[in-house]
Amino acid sequence: MTVNMTKGQAISLQKNDGGTLTAVRMGLGWQAAPRRGLFGSRTREIDLDASAVLFADKQPVDVVFFRHLVSDDGSVRHTGDNLVGGVGQGGDDEAILVDLARIPVHIDQIVFTVNSFTGQTFQEVQDAFCRLVDETNGQELARYTLAGGGQYTAQIMAKVHRAGAGWQMTAIGTPANGRTFQDLMPAILPHL
Amino acid sequence: MTAELVRGQNHPLSQARLEIRVSAGKPIVAGATLSDERGKVHGVEWVAHPGSPTLPGIEVSKQAAADHRLACDLDALPETVHRVSVLLALPSGVGGPVRFGAVAAPFVAVTGLDGSEVASYTVTGLDAESAVVALELYRRQGAWKVRAVGQGYAGGLAELLTDQGLPQARQLAGSINEAVVQGLARSVAAPPPRAADGGRSRHAATPALGQDQGSSTSPGTPGQVAPQHGHPGGQGSTAPGVGPGAPQPAYPAASAPGDPSAVTQPAGPGAGGPVNYSHPGRQAAAPPPPPPTAPPAQPGQPARPVAGDATGWSMEERLYNQVWGMFEDLARTTAAYRSAVDFAESRMEQELDKVLSDPRARIGGHGDAAREAARAKQAELVDRAREALDRDLAQLTAEAEVVEPALPPAFARWDNPAWHGYRVPMEIPMAVRLGDLHLPESAGLSIPMLVRLPLERGLWIDSGRTGSFEGSIADSDDLRRLAMDTAVAHAARLLAVYPAGEYTVHVIDAAGSAASSLAPLVSTGVLGAPPAVGAAGVNEVLARLTQRVDLVQMAVRGGAADALPSDLDPAEQLLIVNDFPHGFDDRAVTQLRYLADEGPAVGVHLMLVADREDAAAYGPLLDPLWRSLLRLTPVPDDHLADPWVGHTWTYDPSRVPPGSQVLQHVLTQVATARRSWNR
Repeated sequence: MTVNMTKGQAISLQKNDGGTLTAVRMGLGWQAAPRRGLFGSRTREIDLDASAVLFADKQPVDVVFFRHLVSDDGSVRHTGDNLVGGVGQGGDDEAILVDLARIPVHIDQIVFTVNSFTGQTFQEVQDAFCRLVDETNGQELARYTLAGGGQYTAQIMAKVHRAGAGWQMTAIGTPANGRTFQDLMPAILPHL
Repeated sequence: MTAELVRGQNHPLSQARLEIRVSAGKPIVAGATLSDERGKVHGVEWVAHPGSPTLPGIEVSKQAAADHRLACDLDALPETVHRVSVLLALPSGVGGPVRFGAVAAPFVAVTGLDGSEVASYTVTGLDAESAVVALELYRRQGAWKVRAVGQGYAGGLAELLTDQGLPQARQLAGSINEAVVQGLARSVAAPPPRAADGGRSRHAATPALGQDQGSSTSPGTPGQVAPQHGHPGGQGSTAPGVGPGAPQPAYPAASAPGDPSAVTQPAGPGAGGPVNYSHPGRQAAAPPPPPPTAPPAQPGQPARPVAGDATGWSMEERLYNQVWGMFEDLARTTAAYRSAVDFAESRMEQELDKVLSDPRARIGGHGDAAREAARAKQAELVDRAREALDRDLAQLTAEAEVVEPALPPAFARWDNPAWHGYRVPMEIPMAVRLGDLHLPESAGLSIPMLVRLPLERGLWIDSGRTGSFEGSIADSDDLRRLAMDTAVAHAARLLAVYPAGEYTVHVIDAAGSAASSLAPLVSTGVLGAPPAVGAAGVNEVLARLTQRVDLVQMAVRGGAADALPSDLDPAEQLLIVNDFPHGFDDRAVTQLRYLADEGPAVGVHLMLVADREDAAAYGPLLDPLWRSLLRLTPVPDDHLADPWVGHTWTYDPSRVPPGSQVLQHVLTQVATARRSWNR
């Protein structure tokens, strides 16, 4: 069962059987720019980047992005930079794996963002989505479509935050502008 | 239509005469107990087992086997019997596996007499259990049903039978085992599992070694590890691709690593057999034996660690990867702890500052309460961080406890029994242990420091006074001697882990001051030549090694390896220099720097025992030399950083235990092997 999330909607990361999730994957997928015409290789490729910022009490503590693929504590891992996107549909082109059980005790929120590193706005990107998958069984928990992307080059996707003993995910979906996550910090802070 | 049952599920039985088929990868015992409507087994005469295989209505095999067929006639059972429990157990005392976690998940099927399956069940999720109630057939309102039970017992048959209310459970379990052992003694023994050594093709250049050195020191067979079993943790629970009852991947015998007979003659198509596509000379293409996976964890408990639980083509490579995995995990879990503690501190400071700047806090107890609250918050967070760290440390310590004894000599501490059973190896290991690493938070847990072979950088054993351990060694002469002892221990280890004659050690001891430290090397005769003394000796050794580097470089660039002079020693060379730069003139220093830069690529390695202060006269000229060497210390010192988060680790050199003869013992064997090869 997949929840299609809308802006601001929160879902609890409880399994159907009541157990809490231990590992989730935030996947980002988009369709590559179509190649056409003579000198097709000159088609501007689209490079979207997924990042995760780890916060403790609203202070950024660590960040996982294409230049720092693993958080220092090892609980959040980026599978690697994808520069061109997927040719087909559906699959994750970049993924960030989060081992919720191993996140340091002081980290209470993790914010996921997407940036267009090559500068195209989401109007030019097709079929971009962000989804949250239960890593233990591959089940999709939530999906957020970058549909109707406007003149923005970045989006604050969602945050995963502690709630009681477990974790909760809240869709944010706020558009922003910036090349990497650093440019987004002012836009992230109101959502913490 | 077969019903594939899951644990707890039941299925009606329409026939009274049934067969129960059991298949498991290894010989197991199958039996059945009869019980009344309350589930109680009234006596030994209600249990069908190998010692007493036939009861009215049920018959089981007389011995342990990988496959069983139990005959069952429900109509023939006494009226008082309301339940038939089919039980499986691993035979004890025959040297086989002692836990179901170590064998393939047993598969049980209820079939009609014509062989049509009525219901089947794969007993998954077993771990330490050695006996299990697989199925039960039971009466419900006059009809019989089958239920998948899968209840395992770590205490074996005795515990299982006790649980069913049998008064003489323990005696009966004993007599069942006895009957099984007698049955097994008569049957043909299964072939022993192959050593789990992958076909890494880094064979020694020597064509072959004597028989006495064959079958030695296979790194793949440490006693701890159960060889060749399936993936007990993977089945059913975590590997979605492996359906219940799926056969274990059968590795074709024709490509088993290390078996010369297996790669001789592929069966021709005319022979009707399958075509063997494996390349006869390319053994590395053989799939590795499955790694020992950690057994599935009990709920709420971390999985128990297993040595070799990592990827790799051979046990050696798996252990190497596992050690590096532990290194990374310790680095990261400590990073998490430090980050949490730092955060707790900084938050407390901020809150205390706020209290100070708040004018209201200056009067009354309001400020004190706020300060108290800030401190409590900090303590609470630090406590939780410590708890998480302790949990991880406990897990890593448990892992180290199983990994450490399983390590082959090259990876093992000098006090490891692996060194007492040392035999000269036939292959170069992938790495060698230079010492231990630990962090202040985890002083009790050391990670082996393994570096890849051949060495990519020279080693520098620092005989200078290190800042952090000022005073622990009073005399700088003591420190110099200790440094040389450490260097000799490293050199001895390198000599020992290379095949006979594949490693040559040269020593420059210009002042002749290290004779006592060098004694183990000199007296056992593993050195090619006595330690060089004086300026002339220095120049002679350096000239020889420089010439060698030049020749090999030219041969490699020209692609003419066969043009090398026949008296050139093909072994890797290690040059130990004591007390650098004593006895070195400018030319010799230049040659040494050349060796340090160019040597590793062509098999000439450097081990410098030096105090940097002694070379201060050269100024910054030697800085590149020091930087190019891996600095090690003769005493514990915190100067190494890990590649992930850059913690400062305390390095502890691997030392020979005081009074131990292991160095002499090992080097004598090396020398004997070298003499038999005239090197």
